Amino acid sequence: MAKILVVTSGKGGVGKTTTSAAIGTGLALRGHKTVIVDFDVGLRNLDLIMGCERRVVYDFVNVVNGEANLQQALIKDKRLENLYVLAASQTRDKDALTKEGVEKVLMELKETFEYVVCDSPAGIETGAHLAMYFADEAIVVTNPEVSSVRDSDRMLGLLASKSRRAELGEEPIKEHLLLTRYNPERVSKGEMLGVEDVKEILAVTLLGVIPESQAVLKASNQGVPVILDDQSDAGQAYGDAVDRLLGKTVEHRFLDAQKKGFFERLFGGN
Amino acid sequence: MNIFDFFRANKKVSTASVAKERLQIIVAHERGQRSTPDYLPALQKELVEVIRKYVNIESDQVQVALENQGSCSILELNITLPDR
Ligand SMILES: Nc1ncnc2c1ncn2[C@@H]1O[C@H](COP(=O)(O)OP(=O)(O)OP(=O)(O)O)[C@@H](O)[C@H]1O
Ligand SMILES: [Mg+2]
Repeated sequence: MAKILVVTSGKGGVGKTTTSAAIGTGLALRGHKTVIVDFDVGLRNLDLIMGCERRVVYDFVNVVNGEANLQQALIKDKRLENLYVLAASQTRDKDALTKEGVEKVLMELKETFEYVVCDSPAGIETGAHLAMYFADEAIVVTNPEVSSVRDSDRMLGLLASKSRRAELGEEPIKEHLLLTRYNPERVSKGEMLGVEDVKEILAVTLLGVIPESQAVLKASNQGVPVILDDQSDAGQAYGDAVDRLLGKTVEHRFLDAQKKGFFERLFGGN
Repeated sequence: MNIFDFFRANKKVSTASVAKERLQIIVAHERGQRSTPDYLPALQKELVEVIRKYVNIESDQVQVALENQGSCSILELNITLPDR
């Protein structure tokens, strides 16, 4: 049974697109036919993170409007056999996507793909609502920071009340918390909310903790989803998260500060 | 952390624990509001009308709020009467 997965957050800039690219690629790496759909109308960026920006001919809105069919609009990944991207439109018309249009496209995607990963725009307005409305599971991306945690809680409220599953009285959307840009050093100094704090406040099962990592910028510079950098901390943390999403039990890593040498601590190695 | 921070550490409550406390309060409050039933405004209006039969009050002098506390909810009524 195909699954629709939304990557959402409320707050902007917390790592939704980075996560959509990583998780989608990770699912494909593990043999699942996957499409990542950019819902950020007007602010298309998933194509850049995936490294396929020069191959966008038709987009999501073209398909909704019948100006292109899905086969024409789907961009096949150059690295992985079973990975595709559907780009967002760059139109400034905020109402370019309708519920009916989105439903039609998602249902068609469900026929060929095992996973449909929806990269939500920021906010809680129309775009974000459309991205989550048809979801079966949701990855709520949160940074260990007050406004992000509060917005995630609002988004959890919307997932539970304003989704299709909620409106039809079906089994609720399965919610996962993904804590990103985590800095164990600062947590250990009491400068940053820790993973246990955020878990306690939001009361959602933890899918993973992605450390703040230089590998993310490096990967986005090159248009390579960071999960493909399997030597990096962030890449490995995303890999673990994908395994957990698929039902494996994997211990959490990268939660503790690196132990510094005595002199480093004494003279400030950071 | 440098040599001076060694002596300053743990003197104050960490900012992270302040953040946690503030979040717990605001999140609990907002969750309560989210689950506010939509009959509250109507209830408030009718209460104002009933009280006006006896005392002349402004409509904002009756405040109605629903607080969720674990398994039960508390309907909080706050009625301020004009100065005598
Ligand atoms: N784990 C991380 N470590 C370091 N930088 C990160 C990490 N995750 C994301 N970033 C950086 O944060 C910025 C925002 O990331 P991203 O575009 O994925 O967020 P977003 O939630 O999709 O934003 P928007 O709300 O605008 O769509 C990017 O510059 C990205 O490189
Ligand atoms: Mg984004």
